[in-house]
Amino acid sequence: MGLLDKHLGYRAPLDGIRAAGVDPFAVRFDAVTSPTEGELDGKQVILLGTNNYLGLTFDPDCIEASAEAVRKWGTGTTGSRFANGTFAGHAELETSLARFYGRKNAMVFTTGYQANLGVISGLVGRGDHLILDADSHASIYDAARLSQAEVIRFRHNDPEDLYKRLRRMGDQAKGSLIVVEGIYSMMGDVAPLKEMVAVKKEMGAYLLVDEAHSMGVLGDKGRGLAEMCGVEEDVDYIVGTFSKSLGAVGGFLVSDEDNFDLLRIVSRPYMFTASLPPAVIASTLMALKRLEADSGLRVQLQANADQLWNGLRDMGFAVGPHASPITAVVMPDQAMAVTMWNALLQNGVYLNLAIPPATPDNRPLLRSSVSAAHTSAQIDTVLSVFEQLGQEFGLLKRPRRASA
Amino acid sequence: MGGSPMVELATDLTVREVARAAETVLGRSVQVTPDTDIARDLAVDSLALMNIVMELEDRFDLSIPLDRLATVQTVGDLSDLINKLRVKA
Ligand SMILES: Cc1ncc(COP(=O)(O)O)c(C=O)c1O
Repeated sequence: MGLLDKHLGYRAPLDGIRAAGVDPFAVRFDAVTSPTEGELDGKQVILLGTNNYLGLTFDPDCIEASAEAVRKWGTGTTGSRFANGTFAGHAELETSLARFYGRKNAMVFTTGYQANLGVISGLVGRGDHLILDADSHASIYDAARLSQAEVIRFRHNDPEDLYKRLRRMGDQAKGSLIVVEGIYSMMGDVAPLKEMVAVKKEMGAYLLVDEAHSMGVLGDKGRGLAEMCGVEEDVDYIVGTFSKSLGAVGGFLVSDEDNFDLLRIVSRPYMFTASLPPAVIASTLMALKRLEADSGLRVQLQANADQLWNGLRDMGFAVGPHASPITAVVMPDQAMAVTMWNALLQNGVYLNLAIPPATPDNRPLLRSSVSAAHTSAQIDTVLSVFEQLGQEFGLLKRPRRASA
Repeated sequence: MGGSPMVELATDLTVREVARAAETVLGRSVQVTPDTDIARDLAVDSLALMNIVMELEDRFDLSIPLDRLATVQTVGDLSDLINKLRVKA
C-alpha cells in the first residue's frame, strides 16, 4: 500500500510503452550540439521536436549575453521579486516586451506555465466566467482550477460554438474571459482569431491569447497570431513564453490594463516563486532583439515547415490542416505510434510521442516541430526515413518496391 | 431524493440522455443506471467527462460549469446536477 496506488492504472500502459524500446518520457541525451542535433546512445540524431523555432539556443550573441550576466550578477536571484526585489534585467526585459507588443505594460513570470496560472487566476476568480477552447494547453486548465472561476468549454477553433455558448450564458457572458492559443501545440493549427474577436466584441467579453508557439513565428514583426490577423487592438491580454522561439525559459503577459500593477500583488504564481536568473533574462533579451532584427529567420522557418508538411502529406501521411512549424502525423493506434517513434529514433530522428489524453480527439500523434536552423538536407533525411518506415509498417498505401 | 413520480421521471430521462451523450463521445454503447460510477464503470477519463458534459450542454441547452463536476462521481450525480441547473435556468 502506498499513496501512489491510486495511479496504478497507468502502470501497465507505461510498462507496455517502455517494453517497446526506449522510454519516450525519459529520453536521455548525452550531448546536444546544436539547435538541431543531439547524441543519444553514441548515435547522432536530428532534433525535430524541440520547439526551438528560431534556433536561437546556440546563437553566439545570446550565449555571450548570458555568460556575461552570470559573471556580473551571479547564478540566481534566490527569491521572488515580491520579496527579494527586482534585478535591472527583469525591468529591462519587461520594458522591451511592452515596446515590442506596443502595450503599456509587461510582466515576466518564471515559466510560461506559471504565466498562465498567474495571469488567469489573477484576472478571474470565484463567480467570474472563464471560456476555454476545448483543446487548451494543460497550463490553461490548471489555471482555471486555481482561479475557481466557472469554466465553460467551447468546441476547438469553432467561433460559432463559442457564440452559442456565450449566448446561452445570458447576462453572464458580459465580462467573461475567453482564452485561446495562437498555434495549438499538438496539431499546429491556428485559431480563427478574426471571427473570435467579432464574437468577443458582440458579447462584451475579454480575450486572452496565449502566443506560446506563435511568438516569433507568425506576423510580419513576429508578434504572433493577433498581429497576423490584424486584431491586436481587440486582444486584451497576450501571454507567451521564452521557452520556445526565444530559446530559454520563462513566461510573460502584456496588456494595456490600467491597474496592471495590482496583478503583482495578487498573482500567487508570480509572488511565491523565485524570479528568473540573470543569465536567462540576458539571453532572452538578446533573443528578442534577434527576433526583431532578423525577419529572415521567420521566412526560413516557414520554408522548412512547408518542406516537411508538404513532404509528409504527399507521401500520404495524415497531417494537420495546413503547413505549420508544428507538424503532427496522426497514428492509427498507440501501438503503431510507439513502434514508429522507436523506429524513427533508431534511424536518427527524434520527435515527440504524444498520446491521449494530451492529444485532441484521443488520437496518438508523432509530433514534430521544425526550426529555422534545420537545413533542407536534414528535412530531406527526415522525409526519407518517414517514407521508408511508413512503407515498412504499412502506413503508406504505395507498395514497397521489390528491390527495396 | 424527491420521491414524487414527476421527479423520478425527469431523473430517468436525464440518465438516459447522459447515456446517449456518453455513447456519442465514447463511440461505443454503454449501459447505465444512476449508480454507475462514471470513471470506474464507464472507464471515462477527465477529458472524456468534459466532452460528455459539452454534449449534454447542447442536448439540454444549458451551461454546466466544469467546477461543478468536482462532486460528480456517478451518473446519478451528473443527472441531479443537470436537473438542478435546469430548474435555475
Ligand atoms: C500553449 C502553451 N502555453 C503554455 C506553455 C507552457 O510554457 P512553458 O514551457 O514555458 O512553461 C506551453 C508549452 O509547454 C504551451 O504549449
